[in-house]
Amino acid sequence: MPQEVRTVDQQVPQTVERGQRAAPRPVFLPPADIYETRDNIVVLAEMPGVALDGVDITLERRVLTIRGRSAANEHAGYQRVYNEYADGDYERVFTLSENIDRDRIEATLKDGVLNLVLPKAESARARKIELKSG
Amino acid sequence: MALSEFPRLGFDPFVELRRMQSEMSRLFSGFTPAARDFPPINIWLGDTSVVVTSEVPGVTRDDVTISLQEDVLTLEGARRPRQEQDANWQRRERAYGTFSRAVQLPFRVDPDKVQAHFDNGILEIELQRLEADRPKKIEIRAG
Repeated sequence: MPQEVRTVDQQVPQTVERGQRAAPRPVFLPPADIYETRDNIVVLAEMPGVALDGVDITLERRVLTIRGRSAANEHAGYQRVYNEYADGDYERVFTLSENIDRDRIEATLKDGVLNLVLPKAESARARKIELKSG
Repeated sequence: MALSEFPRLGFDPFVELRRMQSEMSRLFSGFTPAARDFPPINIWLGDTSVVVTSEVPGVTRDDVTISLQEDVLTLEGARRPRQEQDANWQRRERAYGTFSRAVQLPFRVDPDKVQAHFDNGILEIELQRLEADRPKKIEIRAG
């Protein structure tokens, strides 16, 4: 079972370490779905407003870190009159239960949802154990 | 709210002020409980148009219907769960199902000049203020 490592609390402004010093922006925990198939672990994380170049995924041993930086949502000449969501960044850390074949990880971003396919390493796949008659 | 202290006048100039005040305090109180409605909406006001943006991750163009009646904009649609064979779910935090939200716009808009587009899970709708509804400068003729 992938375990979550809580690094940030929702809506606590903090800077994201990314080269230049950014103005404090809220960092959100993106809601995620995780499922396991025979060969893969699939992570779906909601990060609306994040473009492809704003995504940063790292896997260190079994610790998977997902970061997303959303583009500034400013409208020049317009005044914000009603507000239900804030622009911000996304960050979430999971510890995976399986070893992952890191060369074959696939990540796609579609409609603000990150789709991460993590193939299990050969050694981690469930193997059928033959019973030998004694 | 509409308790008038000026019954003799027939109108109360403070009713509108009080309405604005409650509106303001609601706006500046940050994220109201209503903010948990899906999808969350931001509204940007310009001189001749209004922009409504909404966070709709995972919703495709075919999944959402935008409709306009007078000055009420309605977003309807569905979030569909992923169908996966033999999946062993370990975490399900994303919400699914149908949604519907209606917002009242600050002015009447031209239904023929509505532009909407999706960008990375953000729906952006721009609506132009109706020509007849725009503030008009009135010339004073010399008598």
